[in-house]
Amino acid sequence: MTIALNSTPAARSRWIAAAPLSNRGITEMIAGPVFRGAGKRWWIAVLLTLPFVLWTLVALIWLLTQGIGAWGVNTTIVWGFAIANYVWWIAIGSGGTLISSILVLTRQNWRTSVNRFAESMTLFAVAISGIFPIIHLGRPAYFYWMAPYPNTMSIWPQWRSALVWDFWAILSYLIFSIVFLYVGLLPDLATMRDRATRRSAQVLYGVFALGWRGSVRHWRLYKRLHVTLAAIAVPLVTSVHSIVGLDFAASLMPGWQESIFPPYFVIGALFSGFAMVLLLTALVRWGLQLEAIITIAHFDAMAKIILTGSILMTYSYATEWFLAWYGGEHADRSLIAFMFTGHYAALYWALLFCNCLLPQALWFPAIRRNVPALFAIVLLILVGMWLERILIIWNTLSHDYMPTLWRVFRTTFWDWSFLFGPLGVFAFCFLLFIRLVPAVSIYETRRLAYEEGLE
Amino acid sequence: MSAIFLAEFETPERLLAATREVREAGHEPLDAFTPFPVADLEGAFPPTRSHLRIAMLVVGLTVAAAFYFMQWWSAVYDYPLNLGGRPLNSWPVFLLAPFEVGVLAAAIAGVIAFCRACALPRLHHPLFEVPGFERATVDRFFLLARRAPSGDDRFDLRHLLESKGALVVSEVRQT
Repeated sequence: MTIALNSTPAARSRWIAAAPLSNRGITEMIAGPVFRGAGKRWWIAVLLTLPFVLWTLVALIWLLTQGIGAWGVNTTIVWGFAIANYVWWIAIGSGGTLISSILVLTRQNWRTSVNRFAESMTLFAVAISGIFPIIHLGRPAYFYWMAPYPNTMSIWPQWRSALVWDFWAILSYLIFSIVFLYVGLLPDLATMRDRATRRSAQVLYGVFALGWRGSVRHWRLYKRLHVTLAAIAVPLVTSVHSIVGLDFAASLMPGWQESIFPPYFVIGALFSGFAMVLLLTALVRWGLQLEAIITIAHFDAMAKIILTGSILMTYSYATEWFLAWYGGEHADRSLIAFMFTGHYAALYWALLFCNCLLPQALWFPAIRRNVPALFAIVLLILVGMWLERILIIWNTLSHDYMPTLWRVFRTTFWDWSFLFGPLGVFAFCFLLFIRLVPAVSIYETRRLAYEEGLE
Repeated sequence: MSAIFLAEFETPERLLAATREVREAGHEPLDAFTPFPVADLEGAFPPTRSHLRIAMLVVGLTVAAAFYFMQWWSAVYDYPLNLGGRPLNSWPVFLLAPFEVGVLAAAIAGVIAFCRACALPRLHHPLFEVPGFERATVDRFFLLARRAPSGDDRFDLRHLLESKGALVVSEVRQT
């Protein structure tokens, strides 16, 4: 059974563009695509992402057999794409959690349509980001030495090492985001169990739904748990991303040893996370025809937050420049000059254009409400944020205290493989995810429709 | 003998009105089942006592403290490393990992405490046998109520539920 729900301009609600919208209608609209055939768009998307998955596997095998010399890293620029990609991916993940938990805590009703993507995006982004610190090791086979386990060498991990902080941060955060996503899914899994017609689907969803019945007592405890998890997610994400910032700030390098790094990284995470959520929202809305529950007002609200993020990023960049000048340290001033005029200057100007200048277009409501324009802007923001991360590494390592060590980074095919391959892996995981579970929280959409009086 | 009835309603308002009426008539509303949390309904049932947040706090702090202890013991006693004269107990950086792990432990403890308090997982429940109950997770609102022991015919629970707009009223043996 299919219920066509077209968005109606006459709808009374800002966040739901269809009226009347029954509970059954909402369930059909969101859960329907999972039970129906996959559809042509989904298969085309899978066929497009599959080569990237294979490419990533080949690149991983090549790297693990050949060693990190396959990349463009050298004795001066010891970090390259691996760490930039790690920071970029974990930032997207952190952005997802921050979005979903902050919107829960501030009771933003419109979150219902976006928080499921945001949480699932987090899971895949963090899982991908976790690969990079392992493969950037000279001997990745020994990555487990970072865990404290009884060993015949009688040694312990070095707790003062940034790598060990990363290990615990990524591990805790990955498991936490699985728990958070799962708790958010629980009532919807029960809906899926009760809607499923095939025995295998009933058993599968039934096991994961844990026997959820939607009793008053369950809902009461559920809300308590969900809000508490959201409340502890905010400090967790902030600390995880601050640790990522500390990986740089705890060093003694010019351009890295800055106390602004942890908060600047957290803002960057929020900024790129919202950009990625907006990108996925636009794609899922088009792919699953969810125009009725993802309205232009949602894009408008997200664009405003992206604009705020852009202003804060610009402020952080300006603080870096100002402190380099005000601090008077020669290496810092020389580094800023190198950023604007040196080997990678074109990329730095591109970064400033993508992260600072272009998002200013979002001051105009006409652009905030124009989905293709927003799509293009957030795509460039994501590019700009990646450039930021690679340039933090390249500029500082290419131009540190010792002029005799100054070198530049030359990219190789395998560097690019680890940039583009994981993008396809991410899209592939996301496509599988929306075929297995509802892409939007069904129970929260029902509650929103009820509270907005649209039943 | 006190019978238990499960009544199916079309809207949360009718469920809420029926719950209040059932209580006033001396019967006992046991539970309600709704496809989304209905705020007003929670007031119609006795409050749930649970130590969910306390459990999360205690477990989170305990795990974080244990983790710090492990770092301190390994770095100061079991495997001390003098790195340029830095203090063996480098507490500012020793706080990072315990915080992450503590939050994770609190989250896991929360889920376990939630499952215990809700008596989940329980993959099968007698109510799932009632025809139509699967709509409790889609679009129907259910009330489970026990008839008052007095058994006064004028306040018969089944008739009361039907008069309050229940679509179907089924008798349930025991839940």
